[in-house]
Amino acid sequence: MTAFFSLLKRDLKLAFRQGSDSVMVIVFFIVVVVLFPLSIGPEQKILARISAGVIWVAALLAAMLSMDRLFAADYEDGSLDLLVISPHPTEILVLAKILAHWLTTGLPLIIVSPLLGVFLYLQADGFWVMIMSLLLGTPILSLIGAIGAALTLGARRSGVLISLLILPLFVPVLIFGVSAVDAALMGLPTRPQLLILGAFLLFAAALSPWASAAALRQAVE
Amino acid sequence: MSFTGNAITCIRSDRVVFQRLSFSVKDGEILYLKGPNGCGKSSLLRIMAGLLQPTEGVLYWNEENISKSVDSFLGDFQYIGHQNPVKGALSVKENLKIWAEIYNLKKNNISIDDALQAFKLDRLANLPARFLSAGQKRRLNLSRLSATDSRLWLLDEPSTSLDDAGSLCLKELISSHLERGNMVIMATHESNLVNGYTLNLAEFVFNE
Repeated sequence: MTAFFSLLKRDLKLAFRQGSDSVMVIVFFIVVVVLFPLSIGPEQKILARISAGVIWVAALLAAMLSMDRLFAADYEDGSLDLLVISPHPTEILVLAKILAHWLTTGLPLIIVSPLLGVFLYLQADGFWVMIMSLLLGTPILSLIGAIGAALTLGARRSGVLISLLILPLFVPVLIFGVSAVDAALMGLPTRPQLLILGAFLLFAAALSPWASAAALRQAVE
Repeated sequence: MSFTGNAITCIRSDRVVFQRLSFSVKDGEILYLKGPNGCGKSSLLRIMAGLLQPTEGVLYWNEENISKSVDSFLGDFQYIGHQNPVKGALSVKENLKIWAEIYNLKKNNISIDDALQAFKLDRLANLPARFLSAGQKRRLNLSRLSATDSRLWLLDEPSTSLDDAGSLCLKELISSHLERGNMVIMATHESNLVNGYTLNLAEFVFNE
């Protein structure tokens, strides 16, 4: 457990000191969302209708942006070798890295999302559900993305490759995330969608560390 | 304690690097791996560290097959490869600390500071590691050896980019490690640091 927290702390420290990754992700998220009112026009009805979908898609793309760096730095400087042959299960260490990734990219996205909701006239009923759905959904992005990041280690243009591998897998998350917000706006119960997102999250949390660790062992060979 | 390899064959991308290679190291012994470039010294060390699976052959740690009881082997060895896993944004001390924590800091309380001192890095402890030279990064990587409590050291050309003083530190470190009854396996092109056995990998190159 000490190793888990040591690695988590190290990755958070690295993210805070280098800073650029998290900032880049948030700025990208904001810029993409702001492009929509500029291109579609400031009509309140249309923007309110598409707000949840736009925020979700933008969050998804922003999360993809930082994905290829998840293991790449450790791979390049040889740290990954040491993590794979450490006395601790690689799965646990992978989970620490995924958690650090979510805390430095997913969580900031959630924090700025209400602001972007205001930009897009998202109605008040939708805010809490949107935050809840992102809170359940963005960790799934980090978890599944880690598998893609591990599989594409060492490949050329791995950033694009990850997107092609992983984005199709995010479709269910996107559907239920957006439909939860839509249901809230229409005054319908949102519990089923959020429960399904929760189930996705548990499934990804159980599967991703194993798959990522297996891919990393292949990568260091 | 002993570390043994039996009839190990390594094939990389359809090329036989070496075949039916056997070795054995016991308490207090050092084994040098020698041979020309490309003869598989690094591959053999990566096989020993479990980073690479041998195409054939078995490794034993205390007469136990490593592939069957890997947990007893992991954590009992330290691997120093070509690369220095050093993060520029972390200080010298933080860099060493993270590996000491992941590899379980020594029980008999040799501190991080002492480990840094072994390679004369103590005065740089709080400097961000991106300011280090190649040789200093190497020293930082090697200081992991004294910050952890491992029986076996697998060193892949450890004296690369070290100056004379650094090589001397390394030599002292290896000598005292061996005196405590531990083991070292080391790939090198230079003359032997301390007396030990030599395994010439050129003898195991595949001949048709």
